[in-house]
Amino acid sequence: MSALILIELNGSEVSANSRAAITAATQLSDTIDALVLTNNASNGTSVSALAGINTVKIIVDDSLENANVEVASKLIADAMSGYGYLISGSSTFSKNILPRVGALLDVQPISDVCEIKSNNTFVRPLYAGNVMATVESSDETIVMTVRATAFEHSGDGGSASIETITSSMPESNSEFISLQESESERPELTTAERIVSGGRGLGSKENFTLIEQLADKLDAAIGASRAAVDAGFISNDYQVGQTGKVVAPKLYLAVGISGAIQHLAGMKDSQVIVVINNDPDAPMSRMADLVWQVDLFDALNELNAYQV
Amino acid sequence: MKIIIPVKRVLDPYTQARVNKQTQQVDLSNAKMAMNPFCEIAVEEALTLKESGSASETIAVSIGTDKTVDTLRTALAMGVDRAIFIKTDSELDLQPLHVAKILANIIKREEAELVIMGKQAVDNDNNQTGQMLSGLIDFSLGTFISKFDLNSDASSVEVSREIDSGIETRKLNLPAIVTVDLRLNEPRYASLPNIMKARSKPLETIELSSLGIDTAPRIKVVSVEESGTKDRASKQISSAEELFTELNQMGVI
Repeated sequence: MSALILIELNGSEVSANSRAAITAATQLSDTIDALVLTNNASNGTSVSALAGINTVKIIVDDSLENANVEVASKLIADAMSGYGYLISGSSTFSKNILPRVGALLDVQPISDVCEIKSNNTFVRPLYAGNVMATVESSDETIVMTVRATAFEHSGDGGSASIETITSSMPESNSEFISLQESESERPELTTAERIVSGGRGLGSKENFTLIEQLADKLDAAIGASRAAVDAGFISNDYQVGQTGKVVAPKLYLAVGISGAIQHLAGMKDSQVIVVINNDPDAPMSRMADLVWQVDLFDALNELNAYQV
Repeated sequence: MKIIIPVKRVLDPYTQARVNKQTQQVDLSNAKMAMNPFCEIAVEEALTLKESGSASETIAVSIGTDKTVDTLRTALAMGVDRAIFIKTDSELDLQPLHVAKILANIIKREEAELVIMGKQAVDNDNNQTGQMLSGLIDFSLGTFISKFDLNSDASSVEVSREIDSGIETRKLNLPAIVTVDLRLNEPRYASLPNIMKARSKPLETIELSSLGIDTAPRIKVVSVEESGTKDRASKQISSAEELFTELNQMGVI
């Protein structure tokens, strides 16, 4: 059975999520095609350079720059004819669209696949990752999202053919108004090798700049606990955890984060975990490879002043 | 405008999930249960709309065995006008597709124009039901919302969505489904008088079997295992120099 990858683009670049989806697809199928919904026909070229893709199917329309989910799900469902799998990387993009596609195809999608056991059996997290379930699908078409931290990110080097699908745009009852993007020169959170993450202990938005300074020193991305986001220290797209982003960097440095299970769910697979906190009983400390029990401001000032 | 608020009874989110190795299921037999936290936020938003005069009626819906009534009573105690209980004879393994089909049936029956629900339930973490429901009944969809503004003529809503790259704002024409994220509001607590009052609010029971919906599982859980956070052999450090030295030796900086 052949597989169709729903490609997520960041501007003109293929997301790391989509690259993980390709790796997952290679474990399921010999024929892998990619589907791109875009307002810009030239985006087909970057997708065709992905290794492992047979054919790039591209639907181009001005309205697809910020596609409405009602439109996107219909287009994707229509493109599924002849495919056994629809796979995308786990993200707010795919989680918005794929379940709606599943409903249109009368299929029960599988979220956040972390391991592929066979052509219809997968491992996925429940209860914030505290339980891993092996699940077997009986649907004829399998729709799934895969965790980008659980699969290698497939590279370039391919030369897929590009096939344009001409499709009339379905009706939509919603419209895009605006996107307020967080702009940052720092590495992207979900693919960064190093992350410095701050929690409620920072106390204020102003103090959070100490986290930013340390991140810059380590060439790291910034993360945050839910408490820090709720308190307005930093915007939502930095939240790590069950309902935020799932990360697995080489280094996760947690400052002033007590470690609710919902946060641990998002970072427990990090290679090295460093905890800076003055509370020795914080759950976060038990997860740590290195613990510095200290007033976090003293630690941040010392780290930021340290000449590497 | 009628608002439907689907709510789910889940393991209390501050309780550790334990696996029963014999049954290969998460053991809920004596566990503390609660309303899914995202559902509480959905209830709060519906109540705010009702209090502002924008909604005619708020209706909570839940599916499950008799114990599910507790969760509906909680919604009623928070202030929802009435509840619909879809009763199952045993603990069925209902999946988002089934739940969406059941809810679609109720929404059509009630002719509701707005559905407010949690973006995910913290037990199975699927994050699917609202999206699937919107596909089945062709409602417009706003997922992961952190802001909700009903337009003055009540024909559309403007929502802010928390997405991976920031905040997206969209206008949704009604009828619509929104799935709520954490920062939309702070859910209220039910006061004791309201808990008492909730006992006499209308709660309609519908047998699931009477709806004629195919609930055969599409996904079979083969096995489950606990995969909690593993404690690590934490080494204490006490200076920036020591930290940088360690990280260098580990090859992570």
